[in-house]
Amino acid sequence: MTLKSILAGATIAASLSTTAFADDPTKVGFIYVGPVGDGGWTYEHDQGRLAVQEHFGDAVETVFVESVPEGADAERVMQQMALGGADLIFTTSFGYMDPTINVAEKFPDVMFEHATGYKQADNVSVYSARFYEGRAVQGHIAGHMTESNVIGYIGSFPIPEVIRGINAAYIHARAVNPDVEFKIVWAYTWFDPAKEAEAANVLIEQGADVILQHTDSTAPQAAAQAAGNVVTFGQASDMAEFGPFPRVSSIIDNWGPYYIARTQAVIDGTWVSTNTWDGIGAGMVGIGEISDAVPADVKASAEALRDSLASGEYHAFTGPLNKQDGSVWLAEGEVADDGTLAGMNFYVEGLTGDIPQ
Amino acid sequence: MLMLEKRPQPSKAWTLAAPLLAVVLTMICGGLLFAALGKAPVETIRTIFFDPLFSEFAWFYRPQLLIKGAPLALIAIGLSFGFRAGIWNIGAEGQYIVGAICGAAVGLAFYPTESFLIFPLMVIAGILGGVVWAMIPGILKVKFGTNEILVSLMLVYVAEQLLASMALGTLRNPEGMGFPGSRNLAKYDSASSWISENAGMHWGVVAAFIAVIFAYVILSRHQFGFNVRLAGQSPRAARFAGVNPKLLVLVCMGISGGLAGAAGLFEVAGPAGQISIDFNVGYGFTAIIVAFLGRLHPIGILLAAGLMALTYIGGEIAQSNLGLPGAAIQLMQGMLLFFLLMVDVLTNYRLRFGKGATV
Amino acid sequence: MDLSAINPILLLASLMVAATPIILAAVGELVVERAGVLNLGVEGMMITGAVCGFIVAVNTGSPLLGFIGAAIGGAVLSMLFGFLTQFLLSNQVATGLALTLFGLGLSALMGQSYIGIKAPEFPDWHIPVLGDIPVIGPIVFQHDPMVYVGLAIVVAVWAFLKFSRAGLILRAVGENHEAAHALGYHVIRVRMLAIMFGGACAGLGGAYLSLVRVPQWTEGMTAGAGWIALAIVVFASWKPMRLLLGAYLFGGVTVLQLNLQAAGMAIPVEYLSMSPYLATIAVLVIMRAGRAPGSLGQSFHASR
Repeated sequence: MTLKSILAGATIAASLSTTAFADDPTKVGFIYVGPVGDGGWTYEHDQGRLAVQEHFGDAVETVFVESVPEGADAERVMQQMALGGADLIFTTSFGYMDPTINVAEKFPDVMFEHATGYKQADNVSVYSARFYEGRAVQGHIAGHMTESNVIGYIGSFPIPEVIRGINAAYIHARAVNPDVEFKIVWAYTWFDPAKEAEAANVLIEQGADVILQHTDSTAPQAAAQAAGNVVTFGQASDMAEFGPFPRVSSIIDNWGPYYIARTQAVIDGTWVSTNTWDGIGAGMVGIGEISDAVPADVKASAEALRDSLASGEYHAFTGPLNKQDGSVWLAEGEVADDGTLAGMNFYVEGLTGDIPQ
Repeated sequence: MLMLEKRPQPSKAWTLAAPLLAVVLTMICGGLLFAALGKAPVETIRTIFFDPLFSEFAWFYRPQLLIKGAPLALIAIGLSFGFRAGIWNIGAEGQYIVGAICGAAVGLAFYPTESFLIFPLMVIAGILGGVVWAMIPGILKVKFGTNEILVSLMLVYVAEQLLASMALGTLRNPEGMGFPGSRNLAKYDSASSWISENAGMHWGVVAAFIAVIFAYVILSRHQFGFNVRLAGQSPRAARFAGVNPKLLVLVCMGISGGLAGAAGLFEVAGPAGQISIDFNVGYGFTAIIVAFLGRLHPIGILLAAGLMALTYIGGEIAQSNLGLPGAAIQLMQGMLLFFLLMVDVLTNYRLRFGKGATV
Repeated sequence: MDLSAINPILLLASLMVAATPIILAAVGELVVERAGVLNLGVEGMMITGAVCGFIVAVNTGSPLLGFIGAAIGGAVLSMLFGFLTQFLLSNQVATGLALTLFGLGLSALMGQSYIGIKAPEFPDWHIPVLGDIPVIGPIVFQHDPMVYVGLAIVVAVWAFLKFSRAGLILRAVGENHEAAHALGYHVIRVRMLAIMFGGACAGLGGAYLSLVRVPQWTEGMTAGAGWIALAIVVFASWKPMRLLLGAYLFGGVTVLQLNLQAAGMAIPVEYLSMSPYLATIAVLVIMRAGRAPGSLGQSFHASR
């Protein structure tokens, strides 16, 4: 397969048109943890796949298997794709980490890309999105929009990814509104509409007038709409159908550009194992249209924040910041290192309650 | 008017022919479904039912059939004893989970010590975990006469919560960067249930085959097998024959729980590798279906487990090679089960049209 | 921690809504089980109802028609179960599980082109006068119509089983189908009707999720609600009024634990979440056996 990639690269070098390899398209596989119809995590990965398909046309063939349980089944599906001639395989769930490494050992000529994990190999890249940058923008808007000064946060599981989001949102909400208070509930599910709706209702009943969610269904949006005066943000997909109010903006998982770039690298023969953690700047995290329900000045400052995060001139975790217990985490002007962020298991100062263990 | 007439003896011919008829009917209806979805029906059916066995890559898929089928067969064999005796343990999923938790906990407690004793201890813990979980509905039935179907089902939900708690708390990998899930047991030599990964052999596969043979011998040769069958056919006669119904309940629940627990342990220490929130993928429920498809007969169960494994693996190939949606595979599996259950009637009953002609 | 933030009125009001899909599915299953049939396919019928209701509502723009479509969808699917178990005498446990698998697959295929669409609006009823009563008003009288439909069905089922002759026949069939048959009742016909009613109710419950609670179509959106409905029937010892209690208890534990979390209290969520199931087992033990319909789960074949 390396040979094929090299040949492919050589063809490019000879500047022949891409249609030259219509006979032998590069095969890209995707393994999904949920159904493509989940409207959230898996749906967005599949949008990325479709973007690859559209970008390359006949030069690339994409295949996918949905609802693959983590563990033995995942390993088998990856292996089956590799045997079926896949040149590049994206494994799109944290739980696929060990299976990906196992299968990659057996197929040194196939490239693997594992989402949200931390184990790399010569033919295994890892990639993830800096969703916390999006959370920072949400926190900024939320801090301005709240009148009760209570912001509700629906967490899925107490893992670093989610905790990072809570911290980022809180820091930026407090920056514009020192009186702001976060109420956090853990739903212990990524997707359970009934439970998410209940979580949203509980938060609304306890005075929250802004709801941030780190679960995938639109149920909290509907609950907020029913309540009438509660602000929400779309998660994973834009959820624009709930705009312009209650949904005032959103974080969009945008995997397409990365998938296209990595596929191109395989075609060019330039693929090397990397550790990618991209944010707003690279386009991996999209900030959905900020609706007119947000006052113009807030919208402008939120967009300014978004742009400074995108350009890299500002980091969402910039000191001075203390941990919840009051100990110093980041000194004035210091920015968080990726290692700490990747394994984040503490709240920043000001947040109340404990992270469940 | 279509009528059913009970056969004095189950028809031998139909016992064999009915499952084949069901598979053929599934292929026809499944083919129509796939055609409706715009896929080539013959090619799709071939991909699902034949490619895992006879394609270019069959050397890879055949061992995978063992991995996928072994837990199904192991659990279903255990369930078949109770089902024959009219004892309905439908909570094998919970027993499977608890077995995995107990077994994994023992293995993790020894980490990183290497010793040949660790794996046998884990197996014992896994079996015990399953037995204990199954004894709850068993003892409640014996003592208080509660319905074991419902209690065992309730305990599945309890076990799922327990699993989440273990994956997030007690058994969480301390070096896992704060992510839920335990250490990988398959990578820990003393705790791994793998014999040969490439051959698809782990101790669970071995245990499944041993269980099939044992079940066959017990059911056809041993007094206990006779008691089980008698209790199922005629509880009163069984009592006259000196069968202790309470003991029978406990033994049957114990066997099914123990085997389900063992299946969970073998799975967590091998193919799955770790305790995670979504560790259970429904083997315990699918095994109930497998037990029925196999007509509660050990050989039948083995074949039924193989057939289910085939549709899972073939379904994955069809998804990735032909772009068939996962839901279509699920629908076809449902269809297959319906047809198998449907044609079952032919074994025990004769179809009659009005008065006269028999089919 | 600030427990005063928990508003009991709003808590109870949201409980009424949260319990509705489960009540709907459970009351149907209760009738099915009282007729002596154990249909474990509630989850499959619910999700089929959810997708049927959504498709009809989106295409007609009428949530009401959506609910009717959902009931029909659930009932049609349940007839498949009825045909297999009642006419072909297949095992009910296995057939019910197969029905769930079938329903999940079918619904996903049917809903493929309906992802990311919002359901038509289904407004709350603010019942005049009654809705303005302090405390009781917001708890009981300010919901969408389906909440009341659910409660009405429960009351109707209670009255039907307790007072009507047809209800008596249904119970007789469930307790002892041989005797009921000997008395000249059509066991199979009664059971088929019960199964279809169960399917229709499960369909309504599913549609409540896809049209009111979420309101969108996503694959697997019932997320286990059908299984909870099964548990509640047992918890209620097959009595319609206790079913309400069960549904509020199950829903209540979830709402309560979320409330405590939001109030900043550290609680062992998993152990709290398993408590209703343990309570159900305790109820089963206290009630003893015999309360379960005598012929539950057994096939009936009239020997002629």
